[in-house]
Amino acid sequence: MGQTIIEKIISNHSSQRVTAGDIAIVDVDLVMATDTTGPLTIKAFENMGGTKIWDPTKMVLVIDHASPAPNEGIAVLHDLMRKFATEQNIKLYDVGDGICHQLIIENQHVKPGQLVLGADSHTCTYGAIGTFSTGVGSTDLAGAMLTGKTWLKVPETIKINITGTLQEGVVAKDLILYLVGILGIQGATYQAIEFTGEVIERMTLESRMVLANMVIEMGAKAGLVDLKGLDLPYDYEILKPDEDANYTRIIDIDVSDLEMQVAAPHSPDNIKGISEIGEVQIQQAFIGSCTNGRLEDLHVAADILKGKKVHPKVRFIIAPASRQVFQEALADGTIEILSAAGASFLPSGCGPCVGTHQGIPGNGENVASSTNRNFQGRMGNHNSNVYLGSPAFVATAALHGKIVNHNLTTKEAIDSL
Amino acid sequence: MILKGHAHVYGDNIDTDRIIPGKYTKTLDMQRLADHVLEDLDPEFHKIVQPGDMIVAGENFGCGSSREQAPLAIKTAGVSVVIAHSFARIFFRNAINIGLPLIELSSYNIETGDYLEVDISKGIVSNMNNEESYQGAKMPDVMVKILSENGLVEYLKKNKSYS
Repeated sequence: MGQTIIEKIISNHSSQRVTAGDIAIVDVDLVMATDTTGPLTIKAFENMGGTKIWDPTKMVLVIDHASPAPNEGIAVLHDLMRKFATEQNIKLYDVGDGICHQLIIENQHVKPGQLVLGADSHTCTYGAIGTFSTGVGSTDLAGAMLTGKTWLKVPETIKINITGTLQEGVVAKDLILYLVGILGIQGATYQAIEFTGEVIERMTLESRMVLANMVIEMGAKAGLVDLKGLDLPYDYEILKPDEDANYTRIIDIDVSDLEMQVAAPHSPDNIKGISEIGEVQIQQAFIGSCTNGRLEDLHVAADILKGKKVHPKVRFIIAPASRQVFQEALADGTIEILSAAGASFLPSGCGPCVGTHQGIPGNGENVASSTNRNFQGRMGNHNSNVYLGSPAFVATAALHGKIVNHNLTTKEAIDSL
Repeated sequence: MILKGHAHVYGDNIDTDRIIPGKYTKTLDMQRLADHVLEDLDPEFHKIVQPGDMIVAGENFGCGSSREQAPLAIKTAGVSVVIAHSFARIFFRNAINIGLPLIELSSYNIETGDYLEVDISKGIVSNMNNEESYQGAKMPDVMVKILSENGLVEYLKKNKSYS
């Protein structure tokens, strides 16, 4: 029997050839923690009797979830992380540097075929470059810091083959929302997903990151995107699945008719086409997060908002995914366009997405957001409603003060105001 | 080990944002987590939960974030075991790693307030109110070993490595 990609990666990191269902002890190439999970990780590491981590070059800490610190308690936790990083000689990304998953890819901390643990559920993002990366909790991460290893159950794999041509304005976010809708919030629990097909081959790295990022919204352990069509600036080996690899499911989808997709409150799998949503007034619009805060996302928003003003009753907030993204958007004029349209810029970080600070909605308010989760209370107020969609969905909603069918032309949309 | 307590029954897909909202997670004070456990799902829970009580849920309990604060909040509140039809993957590992027992039951007939006895080593749940018993799914051996040491910290302190 042949192997899937994830079976190959896990085999390469363990002493045995594995297939789905096996339990394997594996070597870990990188571990990562944030300010939500890092302090507990450090505590667990010390409680295990840890003094020096197994390899300081293989750990990254990122202060991004509540950054800059919104209160004294969190400032103390940030300080604990900085001291640990200095003592252990670990790379730490500090306030404003960016969101962990963006920084890990941007600064080439991971490569295709590697095995990575991150104490953040969206660690699966690195599947965009063929890395097996998965989210764990603080204590599991501490175990890897101590031993350089972890244990894993080798997951089964679902193959998703995506063909056709996406319509104008329909992007990777719509595609992954559509898939979350089909498979459901636990449709891939304990499993890996392989994405392949001509639609994937035409995607940018940024768009591939969107796909891999949200596989956790189906419960998946990993989402590995076919490397075909991707040009990475270093040498790497491409792992391909064997022809006789075993899949639990093979899904073939032609996405040529797909319209813009939206996750309605209060679950990322409550997916509707934009034409089914009806009119929903919004009070806040947010573009950011590890899902959709990258340069191409800001470009889409700027194209929609150039020379216009967002609706006067909408608070339009943008948190670029990293300082590098911000600087590139500054250099090419994107920031100027968005600022003139009424956007407020936050430091790069996770804040509004995870309800920590900087953009908590009021009671009864509706938010259009480019993030990944809309569970009740996710953005910090359980009496608010979050609609998830692409950056184009958010920018269009910000412009009109309501969710607008993006399938209409801009002129029709303006006439309908 | 036999655990005894009253059941608090909830539905499917109880996500980590509802177990402990993100705004409360940035702390090392576990009691502060317990004070807000499940507050967006059941605002009364943290006030009425008694030591030994059990959470009984449907499919995919603990989906969403990797925050270990979720099982920590539940454990610190005094909950002795979480029983569900299924668990989200990361939550499952986190709970075992911090020594919070979990039992997967494909079906059960349990209502809020029922008095349960749970044999953790055998994975058997008995409902004293209707005198029914249910056999839980078997966990991988490595998890049984970690749980028997009351979590991964003690396991690694003792064993120094995975085996």
